Amino acid sequence: MPEQLAEVVDPANWTCPAPLRDQGVVVMGHGGGGALSAELMEQVFTPAYGNATLAGLADSAVLELGGTRLAFSTDSYVVRPLFFPGGSLGDLAVNGTVNDLAMSGARPAYLSAAFVLEEGVELTVVERIARAMGAAAGTAGVTIATGDTKVVESGHGDGVYVTTAGVGLVPDGVDIRPQRARPGDAVIVSGPIGLHGVAIMSVREGLEFGVEIASDTAPLADLVAAMLAVTSDIHVLRDPTRGGLAASLNEIARASGTGVRLQERAIPVPDAVANACGFLGLDPLYVANEGRLVAFVPPAEAEQVLAAMRAHPQGAGATLIGECVADHPGMVVVATGLGGTRVVDLPLGEQLPRIC
Amino acid sequence: MKYIDEFNDPELARRLLDEIRATATRPWALMEVCGGQTHSIIRHGIDQLLPEQVELIHGPGCPVCVTPLEVIDKALEIAARPGVIFCSFGDMLRVPGTGRDLFRVKGEGGDVRVVYSPLDALELARRHPDREVVFFAIGFETTAPANAMAVHQARRLGLSNFSLLVSHVRVPPAVEAIMTAPACRVQGFLAAGHVCSVMGTAEYPELAERFGVPMVVTGFEPLDILEGIRRAVRQLERGEHRVENAYPRAVREEGNPAAVRMIEEVFEVTDRSWRGIGPIPASGWRLRDAFRAYDAEHRFDVTGIRTEEPAECRSGEVLQGLIKPTECAAFGTTCTPRTPLGATMVSSEGACAAYYLYRRMSAPTPQAGRATHEGVAPVA
Amino acid sequence: MCLAVPGKVVAIDDSADPLTGLIDFGGVQKQACLEYVPEVRVGEYVIVHVGFALQRLDEESALASLKLFEELGLLEEEFGDAWEQAAKEAGTA
Repeated sequence: MPEQLAEVVDPANWTCPAPLRDQGVVVMGHGGGGALSAELMEQVFTPAYGNATLAGLADSAVLELGGTRLAFSTDSYVVRPLFFPGGSLGDLAVNGTVNDLAMSGARPAYLSAAFVLEEGVELTVVERIARAMGAAAGTAGVTIATGDTKVVESGHGDGVYVTTAGVGLVPDGVDIRPQRARPGDAVIVSGPIGLHGVAIMSVREGLEFGVEIASDTAPLADLVAAMLAVTSDIHVLRDPTRGGLAASLNEIARASGTGVRLQERAIPVPDAVANACGFLGLDPLYVANEGRLVAFVPPAEAEQVLAAMRAHPQGAGATLIGECVADHPGMVVVATGLGGTRVVDLPLGEQLPRIC
Repeated sequence: MKYIDEFNDPELARRLLDEIRATATRPWALMEVCGGQTHSIIRHGIDQLLPEQVELIHGPGCPVCVTPLEVIDKALEIAARPGVIFCSFGDMLRVPGTGRDLFRVKGEGGDVRVVYSPLDALELARRHPDREVVFFAIGFETTAPANAMAVHQARRLGLSNFSLLVSHVRVPPAVEAIMTAPACRVQGFLAAGHVCSVMGTAEYPELAERFGVPMVVTGFEPLDILEGIRRAVRQLERGEHRVENAYPRAVREEGNPAAVRMIEEVFEVTDRSWRGIGPIPASGWRLRDAFRAYDAEHRFDVTGIRTEEPAECRSGEVLQGLIKPTECAAFGTTCTPRTPLGATMVSSEGACAAYYLYRRMSAPTPQAGRATHEGVAPVA
Repeated sequence: MCLAVPGKVVAIDDSADPLTGLIDFGGVQKQACLEYVPEVRVGEYVIVHVGFALQRLDEESALASLKLFEELGLLEEEFGDAWEQAAKEAGTA
């Protein structure tokens, strides 16, 4: 039903599908996880690669291979600074890919790691990142099985870039993807939001502020396994990284042709995140997370799934924040604390501090 | 957070709303001048909670939105030059000039940086004596003391590689322009609290008297905004038109004299164009002659750049509350949040952008009777 | 116009030029220029915009506003024009 619904009313069509923005050059927003990233995918990569698997738009692809269902994902990590409160590039490179696999319900097994190093970077920096990756892999229960290193000339890189890819097996009977969101589904977030993005901003050049917040970077596969032990019928999982909760929920709403309605007061926003966003003029819903997931769960299973999440260290702060609805397909709406309503749109690109 | 949480209390908001509902017996059109208030109104859904009789017209109080195309084009020209570090508040980066925005200039190799404060730009100038550091000094009276201080310090420190591209605007002349427009519908103003924190309220009694409109100095949290509305409606119902201060914790009648002195030392009043509205006499500030050396327009010789606003954009009429966004032929066709023609579509709080979102939200669905979502203003 | 938020002054650097202080925004700390509020003391609240304290926040006025909101609808019946009375008390009418 929702698939058909999406065909009848494609909210994106209201605007007429925009041509690739007349920019002609890559801008930072193309990597921001918002509308520009989606456009790049839809208008450049998907048509160029020409296959249906890529069109799934999930965090990881699920492939039939040798009688098994394999989840496969890759991601590049370009964070600045390389080390930040609560973690480093190395932690993100492992946990990010582990989590992308877990969002298909897979048990991550093997990772690859490719480094692009800039001439002149201190070896101790590379070593610290590698050690962080080793430790994170140990925690997540995955093996870094293969890798590669390239060096670019000084000035042609940003110190260290890391690309990881990963594979894992999807258990039988598990079918988790954005298209499966259904009206009535409970929308659950696994813990407080915005910690990673605020931790990074607090140490970013030109913006520095003092805050006792650490990135939430963490592997989520074990939490997902605990959820699947309650029910294999989890509809959607997503880790709200770039673009935050707002981007993830918009993608799910669009992919499934459903609407999402959140209760603002239920969304767990730590005070320090709220206050940092307050003075920068940002919305916590758009701030990145690296150790959280959002789940769409059939209403009948919601209580048990929540209980299982809360019993797990990575889901101790799990909270029901809203529901999937048939109204306003493709859109995310928040019921405000005062009882009003506001639309939470897909961010265009990266969020910037504002003065107005 | 003290001074924020208490002013977000849902129960007190309900009381204020009840009081507004009980007070308003007729339709009234109020304008909140300030973009920050518009943001808060939309963020909390306040417009949907008000009784039908009270209409809020979102005014031209977003400095990002009203900066004229011509100045943006000058910024783009300067930012693209080699050797320049162009610094801006974050929200200016995606405002389109002719054919491109600052993001694109950055993508093409321009050194464009987001700063939190003009003093951060000054610090960049100190650290990079071999580069020209230009700060995009936009804003209303609230931002003027900060930008003035940056220039004052640059001169004191002898930083000759620092300059400002100034597009400062002032509220009272804009209020006057709105009220003298022939089809003006505005019956009362929520005056911008933080502008008044700096300037005080001395400029407003004359305007309230001349145009017969209540002017209520209003803050930014939900209870502040509701209190501003309540007092404005109350005055209108009583046939009064006074200046009232509904934001006394942050606004004193005399404003901040030290800040005003610094503004007056560095800036002088000038005519200025507002994007979508056009020229308004005495509505801006420019650097005084004594600070001419810090004026980027002269240093980079961009005074010759002249740009016309797109003719099909009617954002000026929207900003003044003369038409609804949907009455503009470009709305949703050639003008969308992705490809904005005018200010009101650029800012996510702009009237056109807000309408655009709600229009999408209330698009018809196959289920009969669900065409309009509960709690959302239907769109004509 | 103009995102400005309240913060508590937790330290003042008298030697800085311009006068600078550390402001706490509920667990988030950032330096701000205090040149326009030179009389401010540690522990007081200021309203900060683009790194500048623009005004000291007046606690009495804030409390008076909140008291007024709390009494809305209650006092009206008992005392008639209560809101105006309270506004006068707050020195705002």
